[in-house]
Amino acid sequence: MNPSPEKIKDLSLTGENTDGGSLTVEQAIANLESGDLGLRFYAAWWLGRFRISEPTAVTALIKALEDEADRTPEGGYPLRRNAARALGKLGDRQAVSPLIGCLDCSDFYVREAAIQSLEMLGDPVCIPALIKLLAVGLQGEEIISSKQPDLSQPYDAILEALGTLRATEFTPLVKAFLEHPIELVQYAAARAMYQLTQEPVYGERLVQALGGEKLQLRRAVLADLGAIGYLPAADAIAQTLAENSLKLISLKGLLEHQVNHITPNSFSEGAIKVMNLMDSLL
Amino acid sequence: MNNSNLAQILIRAVEEADSSDRLLDAVQELAAAGTEEAVPTLIAALGYNNPGAAVAAVDGLIAIGETAVQPLLELIDNYNYGARAWAIRALAGIGDVRALNTLLEAAKTDFSLSVRRAAARGLGTLRWHQVPPEKLESIQTQVLEALLVISQDPEWVVRYAAVTSLETLAIAMAVTLPDQASRITNQLQQMLDTDVDLGVRTRVKFAQQKIQQQQHQQVFAPKRKREDPELPYRGGSRR
Repeated sequence: MNPSPEKIKDLSLTGENTDGGSLTVEQAIANLESGDLGLRFYAAWWLGRFRISEPTAVTALIKALEDEADRTPEGGYPLRRNAARALGKLGDRQAVSPLIGCLDCSDFYVREAAIQSLEMLGDPVCIPALIKLLAVGLQGEEIISSKQPDLSQPYDAILEALGTLRATEFTPLVKAFLEHPIELVQYAAARAMYQLTQEPVYGERLVQALGGEKLQLRRAVLADLGAIGYLPAADAIAQTLAENSLKLISLKGLLEHQVNHITPNSFSEGAIKVMNLMDSLL
Repeated sequence: MNNSNLAQILIRAVEEADSSDRLLDAVQELAAAGTEEAVPTLIAALGYNNPGAAVAAVDGLIAIGETAVQPLLELIDNYNYGARAWAIRALAGIGDVRALNTLLEAAKTDFSLSVRRAAARGLGTLRWHQVPPEKLESIQTQVLEALLVISQDPEWVVRYAAVTSLETLAIAMAVTLPDQASRITNQLQQMLDTDVDLGVRTRVKFAQQKIQQQQHQQVFAPKRKREDPELPYRGGSRR
């Protein structure tokens, strides 16, 4: 059970295929209740991909979060996963409490998708429910240590959401996950700790990870650095061994952070540096 | 050992590399040798799905320069979009005008955003001095028309790349086709006003600033020369 590959696939394939199929909005919404489970699954993805935020689409997707028809042999809920993912993209806060409900779902990937969408919707009301899941991996304020790493919850997604939602009162719990045996989870904790504290030591931990052995982890760290907009990482991002597409997305995160938070009306030296690096990677 | 033997040994090292680290090292060494014989092997290395090796191979092909252009154009892989993007990057880095049609085609119609991005960038790095003067206007106009279309690509990174090329083209055309240059400034302004992506809008502003600086220099540099012939020209990038 490894939650990362899917996320990375989404990232690296962004827009390689922009074929919208021949669906219309009405058809897609109707297809969510089609007898053909494949059509339902595709319609849920489609509504998210093309950001169809009409109220009828939102209502239909919320309903699909309780689907019982579409099951994998292992007991997973494919339609619920896609519906949860789509709802994050549509930006309608009505989805917040149904998505919180999904955190009790037996399917790991439904929980993961719901957490990522709650992060996107940005409503801190979900923080206590996220902490409840995070606590599965904790004993008091320390990580549960055992020989087998605990993979029962999508800890990386939970940590990222807590960082984005600025759950500062739970910083000690997030910090404990810097010691998690899985590197990907450690990086998610470092990313969240940077967002919660703005302390460079956590950004530097991610920069260091860009020199790591595994391409898949370097890709994940590129996404993390872009998400937190950590400017001192710019050169390391440009130089790490990974696809230029992912480096460009990461650097764009740095650039937008400069423009949004640092110098809204003029170019900082940092912004110019980042743009020059981006130009060199095109 | 002569250079050709050395090249053969380095080529064999690439072909026989059995781990991604060894492949990276072997490609780096072959690229550093900078010999024409390395070209087909470096092009093949673009398709190994090893980003480190591909970067080294692109750098090597750019350093080899014009002699790599024809093989790159012939060996471009139409079935592997990763390799195609790196090949287009190499062509963009060399800037040879023989690649023009390949770049135009790729930037406008390739299904892969990384290929369109690299090609859009390449349209801005062409070496205009290679173009016979009587053809310069028509070719620059053709590139301008293409960039105006490409700057409306659905993908932010392709629009971003198009902006970098509109910037260099505006500066080149200020001398050759000043009447047309306003089409670029209009397009950039429209992108600044309407593009949905903050990163793209930021790059547009940066481009506008660089174009303005350049115009300023073109207006004032000759005058200054006349007033004070002793003053040395202080270079393009200073304020």
